[in-house]
Amino acid sequence: MRRMANGMGTTVARAVVGVLLAIGMTTQAFALQAPAGQEGFVPLDQLPPADQLPAAPLLVTAYAFIWVAVFFYVWTLWRRLGRVERDLAALGRRAPERGRGR
Amino acid sequence: MRKLFVPLTVVTAAMFAYAPVLIAHAAYESTMGLVQKIFYFHVPAWWAMFSGVGICGGASLVYLFKGRPKADALAASAAEVAVLFGLMGLVTGPLWGRKAWGVWWQWDAKLTIALLLELTFVAYLLVRRYGGPGSDKLAAAVGIFGTAVAPFVYEAVNIWRTIHPKTSVVPTLPPGMAGTFWFCVLAFMLLFTLLLTARVQLEYRRVALDELYLRDEDDER
Repeated sequence: MRRMANGMGTTVARAVVGVLLAIGMTTQAFALQAPAGQEGFVPLDQLPPADQLPAAPLLVTAYAFIWVAVFFYVWTLWRRLGRVERDLAALGRRAPERGRGR
Repeated sequence: MRKLFVPLTVVTAAMFAYAPVLIAHAAYESTMGLVQKIFYFHVPAWWAMFSGVGICGGASLVYLFKGRPKADALAASAAEVAVLFGLMGLVTGPLWGRKAWGVWWQWDAKLTIALLLELTFVAYLLVRRYGGPGSDKLAAAVGIFGTAVAPFVYEAVNIWRTIHPKTSVVPTLPPGMAGTFWFCVLAFMLLFTLLLTARVQLEYRRVALDELYLRDEDDER
């Protein structure tokens, strides 16, 4: 029992260390990518023409992302629920068979 | 809730279909123009995220101190839905920032803590998924910790100097924007409720399956 608890503790510790490392590495990666010279606020009309983006694609992308995220999540829920229901049905079929075997 | 699920789904779908019409007719913000309209989905997405975080934290407390399995199922479901809405907030925010600030991202207090909050709940899900037996209690502790961080995310703009708009924006919205905004908030909260309900049902079925597997193993012995 104690060995099982130790094994469980090691797995949990590994998972926590893994998550912390991932957060650290992500932060570092983003920090390294930060462009230089952005310490102050630059008014929109003083930006170079290349940075004066049209707003419509950004707006459409934002709304489209939300729709895609919701539909994708609903699809994953539906798939997971289907799998669980299949397993439940399979277990339900096995129980009477075993009862007859005895 | 089961009886209400289908009618609520229809109402939510209708609200989301109508929301773009309302948003298109909402008043233009004078300095930001069209891109400001991302706000109508960005802020409600974060509010839904905070709701998920709050439910996860409360249910985690109940599970940790009272040991109720239903509370654990609710906490796990709320954490997952919170991550989904947090992701929406983290994606739509930079899309607005690129136009309004000229950059996709700034490492200021508000944005950084918001990212850390999202990562905390991603960590919650990872611990539950890969932590092995007993990880549910460790995850509950992570959930409580994440919930304690949430008020700092909301109040960051009032505590630290940050380029993110202040929390006073919502209470001071002009009538031409307020109606649309609250409509979108209601739509998002309904969506959040529906997704959470569906996810909780999945978790209950999973718990039932695990119990059946355990009983099956016992029978085999």
